[in-house]
Amino acid sequence: MTLRRAAGLLALALGPVLVLGVFFVLPVGGMLARGLWPDGAFDPGAVAEVLTRPRVRRVLGNTAWFAASATVLSLALGLPAAYALHRLAFPLRRVLRAVLLVPFVLPTVVVGVAFKQLLGESGPLGSLGLDGTPVAVILGLAFFNVSVVIRVVGSAWESLDQRPAEAAAALGASPVQVFRTVTIPALRPAIVSAASVVFLFCAAGFGVVLTLGGLRYATVETEIYLLTTNLLDLQAAAALSILQLVVVSVLLAVAGRLRAVADPGVSRVVARPRRPRLVDVPVLGATVLLLLFVGVPVLTLVAGSLQVEGEWSLGNYRALGGTGDQQALLVPVTEALAFSLRTAVDATWMSLLLGLLVGVVVTRRSRSRGERRVRAALDGFFMLPLGVSAVTVGFGFLITLDRPPLDLRDSALLVPVAQALVALPLVVRTLVPVLQGIDDRQRQAAASLGAGPLRTALTVDLPVIWKPLLAAAGFAFAVSLGEFGATSFLARDDRPTVPIVIFRLIGHPGAMNYGMALAASVVLAATTALVMLLVERLRVPSVGAF
Amino acid sequence: MLELTGVSVAYDGVPAVRNVSLALPDGGVLAVLGPSGSGKSTLLRAVAGLEPASAGRIAWDGQDLARVPTHKRGFALMFQDGQLFPHLTVGRNVGYALRLRRVRGSAARVAELLELVGLTGYADRLPATLSGGERQRVALARALAVEPRLLLLDEPLSALDAGLRERLAGDLRQILRAAGTTALMVTHDHEEAFTVADRLAVMRDGALVQEGEIAAVWRAPADPATALFLGYARVLTGPAATAALAAAGRPTAPAVAVRRSALSVAATGPLTGTVRSARATPEQVRLVVDVAGVGEVDAVADLDHHPAVGESVRLDVDVSRLAVLRTGVGGEQSLH
Repeated sequence: MTLRRAAGLLALALGPVLVLGVFFVLPVGGMLARGLWPDGAFDPGAVAEVLTRPRVRRVLGNTAWFAASATVLSLALGLPAAYALHRLAFPLRRVLRAVLLVPFVLPTVVVGVAFKQLLGESGPLGSLGLDGTPVAVILGLAFFNVSVVIRVVGSAWESLDQRPAEAAAALGASPVQVFRTVTIPALRPAIVSAASVVFLFCAAGFGVVLTLGGLRYATVETEIYLLTTNLLDLQAAAALSILQLVVVSVLLAVAGRLRAVADPGVSRVVARPRRPRLVDVPVLGATVLLLLFVGVPVLTLVAGSLQVEGEWSLGNYRALGGTGDQQALLVPVTEALAFSLRTAVDATWMSLLLGLLVGVVVTRRSRSRGERRVRAALDGFFMLPLGVSAVTVGFGFLITLDRPPLDLRDSALLVPVAQALVALPLVVRTLVPVLQGIDDRQRQAAASLGAGPLRTALTVDLPVIWKPLLAAAGFAFAVSLGEFGATSFLARDDRPTVPIVIFRLIGHPGAMNYGMALAASVVLAATTALVMLLVERLRVPSVGAF
Repeated sequence: MLELTGVSVAYDGVPAVRNVSLALPDGGVLAVLGPSGSGKSTLLRAVAGLEPASAGRIAWDGQDLARVPTHKRGFALMFQDGQLFPHLTVGRNVGYALRLRRVRGSAARVAELLELVGLTGYADRLPATLSGGERQRVALARALAVEPRLLLLDEPLSALDAGLRERLAGDLRQILRAAGTTALMVTHDHEEAFTVADRLAVMRDGALVQEGEIAAVWRAPADPATALFLGYARVLTGPAATAALAAAGRPTAPAVAVRRSALSVAATGPLTGTVRSARATPEQVRLVVDVAGVGEVDAVADLDHHPAVGESVRLDVDVSRLAVLRTGVGGEQSLH
């Protein structure tokens, strides 16, 4: 690597590395240090001791069990829908695809509230007695992650080369045999990749588990929250964070190896969807089931928000201008919404700027093995926020960024920065495949015709990247609107975001408060859904595919 | 004038080009010929400024280019697959470099260039609607737009099918002559090199094996591997070479490269042999003959004289289709 190239690489990478260093490595490191050096002396034995506590072991068991069950459920519901929505032609197909992408970015608290409303004592399915059981938690986790399965497997299925299947059929394989011997092996990387990412998200799920499982069915993530905020047992929290970091790194590495994102630079051959036939009835049936699974909680939520004491009314929505019964809140919900939107705008431009720099750094062609290693290491580094508990990051902010020169506790930028970090991996994963898909010789052709680096980027990169950039912006915006884990630590009481307000309202007694929580959930869900539907219109294949 | 002095290029410490020295005078067209993996494309990329040279000097008119980035070298590079900008029309692709330099009257220049490459009226079409050959013509027009000091062509015709390649190679030569462009072309196809270029440089395993006027290189390949790469059918060595040269009335030499048509069936030929195989083509019959004292060689016969396998024939030697080599060894492994 020549000195000049090294300098260029460094200059581009410096900004994102610094930001991630200060706002991620430092807080998480500070948090871990509290656990490993409890009284200024290195004491790793205490961490091991924590992991043998009966409650911690139960929490670990819960996490693994919940995540595994939710992953299986997501695959079972998602695979038929992935096929139906990407390979069959029927009316409203595109709309359904867009609608089924929405759950993934719905605020976790909103989903928690929706399932509570559905499964609670007075809810339509209250008689099943599922409220507060592990089943409710697993259903909630699967609700989110079905969209990941549909997205990842669907786009692989859509661009699957048809010729091997046709060749097998010509050799005498029945449709079932073709599916078993040709289609499934070809889809396996996408399925395994989707499963590992879903498992990761489920294992790190926070808002849903906290609202549906409470303290009884805690997972690692909610336990960290409990240990830090209620019990102030930082050592145990740090021990769990370390364990989480290790497990997540392994899963990320697996997912990265198996990543099956369609390369958008190469002209993808998308198979023409065909009309459904009689054999497709089970698949279509499963898809309808999925739509019910996704639709019923949301409809229950909407219906609930429109009722006050059993009467249809807009009272809950009108109450959003106030602060709730018994002064549940310090500021009206409408003000929290305005603050949420402002925060999301800030978080969006931050994550876009960082994500674009990271994307450029990790996708530029490497000249030597050393350079390639550096770029691969950076790529992995910027994926870390995907796996580290948002709770850890949020709490780490509080304990490390509280003294000069980094006294940011009162800074209005603290919440947007934390949310930008949460959104960063998603932005990077949307942009990187697109940038990688650009043939480097296009840039070389422009350079040989006399275009400087900036002009080359405008000619070659911009026409390809602007749509994915816009899509990533929408994605980041939606994620930021719904972010709960880190924000719950960082938002000040007089400047809360909507998810914080909702969580506070459902925890506060008073019928009006619950109704307001439902109404606020609907408003937040509608906003995120609208953003996501706009993103889907851009048709960027790498959005939401990991 | 382009001058390369002892240029080496390495990827990760593995040398791809070793100690190449070349000179290309203004207005000349040089073809760098070599099998894939010979380092010829790497050499071209180094001249374009896309790869740094690990040793040696690349200079234009005496000025060292080591610190000049690609976009300031004034060398236009044309890729094997054109690399047109897919979102720009043909006209805007061709006019791209003109717009970068804010040249006035670029529309007229674009029309002129499109006429030069035989695509008048294509200005408003998008690259995706063009055939492979048309795309290469547009890429050529785009590269020629600002009259580059040097045009670099990376296998410009190999992505095309055979008939089109032959026709475009002829056109390419005419266009380069008409524009008076200095050009460096990389190719693995010797026919293409003969059609387009006036000088030839042969590369093998990263090193320059031979360089000179096309006809000179053609008449006297440096070693057997070069001869085979240039289209000679066989290289005879030792006693076989002596026997073949004696039949042609030439002094003995370590090796001789023979074209397929160097030996032809003639009633009074000096060599005799037994036909091992015979295959008719539209123009002649292609034979493999086991010649006494020489071994198996290729030969041709007229269509009206179709010898059968096993038949004994006499062969005549055409001296103009032989190349006497100074050495009987060199690089055979890299070809077979």
